[in-house]
Amino acid sequence: MATELKLKELSKKEDRLTPGHRLCAGCAAPIIVRQILTAIDEPVVLANATGCLEVSTTIYPYTAWNVPWIHTAFETAASTISGVEAMYRSLVRQGKMEERNVKFVAFGGDGGTYDIGIQALSGMMERGHRALYVCYNNEAYMNTGIQRSGATPLGAWTTTSPVGTVVPGKPRHRKDLTAIAAAHDIPYAAQASPHNWRDLMKKVRKAVAANGASFMNVISDCNRGWRHETDQTLEVTRLAVETCYWPLYEVEDGEWRLTYRPKEKLPIEEFLEPQGRFRHLFAEQNKHIIEELQAEVDRKWKQLLQRCGEEE
Amino acid sequence: MSRFEAMDGNTATAEAMRQINPDVVAAYPITPQTSTVQTFSQFVADGEVDTEFIRVESEHSAMAACIGASSAGGRVMTATAANGLALMWEMVYIAASNRSPIVMPVVNRALSGPINIHCDHSDSMGARDAGWIQLYGENPQEAYDNCLQAVRIAEHEDVLLPVMTMYDGFITSHGLERVQIEDDEAVRDFIGPFKAHEPLLDIDNPVTYGPLDFYDFYMEHKRQQVEGMKHARRVIPEVAADFEKRFGRKYGFFEEHRLDDAELALVVLSSTAGTAKSVVDDLRSRGIKVGLLKPRVFRPFPAQELADALRDKAAIGVMDRSDSFGALGGPLFMELSAACKIHDVPAKIVDYVFGLGGRDTTPDQIESVVRDLADIADTGKIKQLVSYLGVRE
Amino acid sequence: MVDLNAGWRDIPRGGKIVEAGNAREYETGSWRAMRPVVDQEKCINCLQCWVFCPDASIIVENEEMVGFRYEYCKGCGICASICPVDAIEMVSEAEAESEAVGAASGSDRRPAKDE
Repeated sequence: MATELKLKELSKKEDRLTPGHRLCAGCAAPIIVRQILTAIDEPVVLANATGCLEVSTTIYPYTAWNVPWIHTAFETAASTISGVEAMYRSLVRQGKMEERNVKFVAFGGDGGTYDIGIQALSGMMERGHRALYVCYNNEAYMNTGIQRSGATPLGAWTTTSPVGTVVPGKPRHRKDLTAIAAAHDIPYAAQASPHNWRDLMKKVRKAVAANGASFMNVISDCNRGWRHETDQTLEVTRLAVETCYWPLYEVEDGEWRLTYRPKEKLPIEEFLEPQGRFRHLFAEQNKHIIEELQAEVDRKWKQLLQRCGEEE
Repeated sequence: MSRFEAMDGNTATAEAMRQINPDVVAAYPITPQTSTVQTFSQFVADGEVDTEFIRVESEHSAMAACIGASSAGGRVMTATAANGLALMWEMVYIAASNRSPIVMPVVNRALSGPINIHCDHSDSMGARDAGWIQLYGENPQEAYDNCLQAVRIAEHEDVLLPVMTMYDGFITSHGLERVQIEDDEAVRDFIGPFKAHEPLLDIDNPVTYGPLDFYDFYMEHKRQQVEGMKHARRVIPEVAADFEKRFGRKYGFFEEHRLDDAELALVVLSSTAGTAKSVVDDLRSRGIKVGLLKPRVFRPFPAQELADALRDKAAIGVMDRSDSFGALGGPLFMELSAACKIHDVPAKIVDYVFGLGGRDTTPDQIESVVRDLADIADTGKIKQLVSYLGVRE
Repeated sequence: MVDLNAGWRDIPRGGKIVEAGNAREYETGSWRAMRPVVDQEKCINCLQCWVFCPDASIIVENEEMVGFRYEYCKGCGICASICPVDAIEMVSEAEAESEAVGAASGSDRRPAKDE
């Protein structure tokens, strides 16, 4: 029987990611990892791309991982887990190892997933390895100093899309990687958020039960790069979802389903306002960018509602 | 019972892979390695191997998957050439630092650019600092034999380093020769079972692979790799001795052909050594005391042994099938020169860069090298330290 | 126990770390400028703080929130900000230390409700 998704039951489980890691105070990544690893009852083996999560949890000779874990390089979370999963299948098939219903999970930031790691991810999905790939998306290459990524939204300040006198932040919209993953026709793809832990955990369980590759894109607030106080992590994350900037949905065997619909769709300003990386957009000459952002959020939201068979 | 078959280098390698029966292979096709993976794919499709074959989407992913699979705890192989090796360059270093005993045949082909699919050694020579053991084979028989021995060397308790086994693209890979293939059972017995060291799949004893090192531990981890290479110098001849006992074919750090009483020596890797041997025989019949040294093990570099074999020569002509632009000469020349200097070999040494991008090297050209050596031995003067054999001016 | 002066012969080959979870030996509590304190009278044991703590620094025993792992807590304030009944307050670390309310290292366990 799977552990009930009740905090009182879940809190009895052993920490698979221990304290003593060196992620920033208030970082969403370890919140996400803790929720994911708590939701999975089966044994897990993890692969991790280079990035905040990887470097901060494994500064030799310390490791915060209480489960088997491997890092090889930046763009290789998906290709590495493909090799691990294949070895497991091979050894079990040959009778060299017992079948223990092991779950294989790869973690990568948006850097290692949207950009440099997209090839490996695509290959893993196309080949149908039975592994879950989780992208903890903090919308920039945070570990190397907040440089822009393919996940960075329009107008955001980053160190390689800074706000200058000529160009006010990132000039283009971000990629829709969850849709790209779903377009690989994998059995399960989803978008989630750690502030809605129950939704996230339900999705994780579906993902690891899938008979093939699965993908989860999880919004991962970074108070350093997004520029806000450390205690605002979950509030800002909540606003991302309530403004429909980061919708919560799943694609299960090709069927699109909205798993959370805000009672009231908040204007994008509510998400932008608390974050220093968008502060410049509130200057008069940049207000049109907020309008563009709103228009894009509205367009994608409408598209999503249609795909999910929801009323507008 | 062993059998004799007409096989090219790729088929012989695929046959070795079939007999080794690795748990996982992750490979991407690239000319002239393609027929190796194609032949192996047929073995997989016919259920002749237990291998889980990952048809990865690039060589970079091939090596990443291999490292993942090896760390998970099983026997892993792949194969590549040229730009495929170049693409997996960062991962190749990581396979060595991870101490993953991966075996990888590399079908020697020129690195782009311009793009060229023919033989030279720029690919494997480019990877010589990566921490892999490197073996070169002259012909399909050696390609097969080196592949089998590589597994034992890589997986040895004291070594635990990945091994690349080279053979010449098209010349050896696609050249049909008579190859002695050993019995499946005998090969299995020689290879032995795989022993995992703290694998990822030992769920009850979780291990972290690939941590972040700061300046306080990186050097210690690298020093460990050096130690592995030191042990390899001892293990490689041990494995070769066992191989000879079981299968009768003798291997060492290098092969000597009429080198003992020679005054002039040619040093050349791989298939060109085959041509050079017949040139040596021909010149010997005309009274010229020339001999050949064909290196087999390039990493770890057997400096002392090479120096000892060349100690009493008057002139040595190294033939490099790759170059290092801006360096003193090709890689074999530079390392051999250093070995000779350090181990007090007085011979004059010169370098001939040849055969780049598959340029054919004729017996006449090799003979001209020997003439140069004779001149150097007579006059004590080197007219040209590094020459480009056969290039049109 | 981690040995930061280990020589190359003493450590596993390949950079492997075989003591799982030994990061527990690294106490990040010294990072914080503020520390959470809980008013057990207000606490309803919803355990939201537990599921949202980035550093697994909420101590839960017998389904009850009993305190904080101050040896690790970085003082981010997320627990205080999301507590639905405002049972958690962030206080200045300097003040807390000077008042010896809790030790800077070592858990400060508040007695459970019915103790």
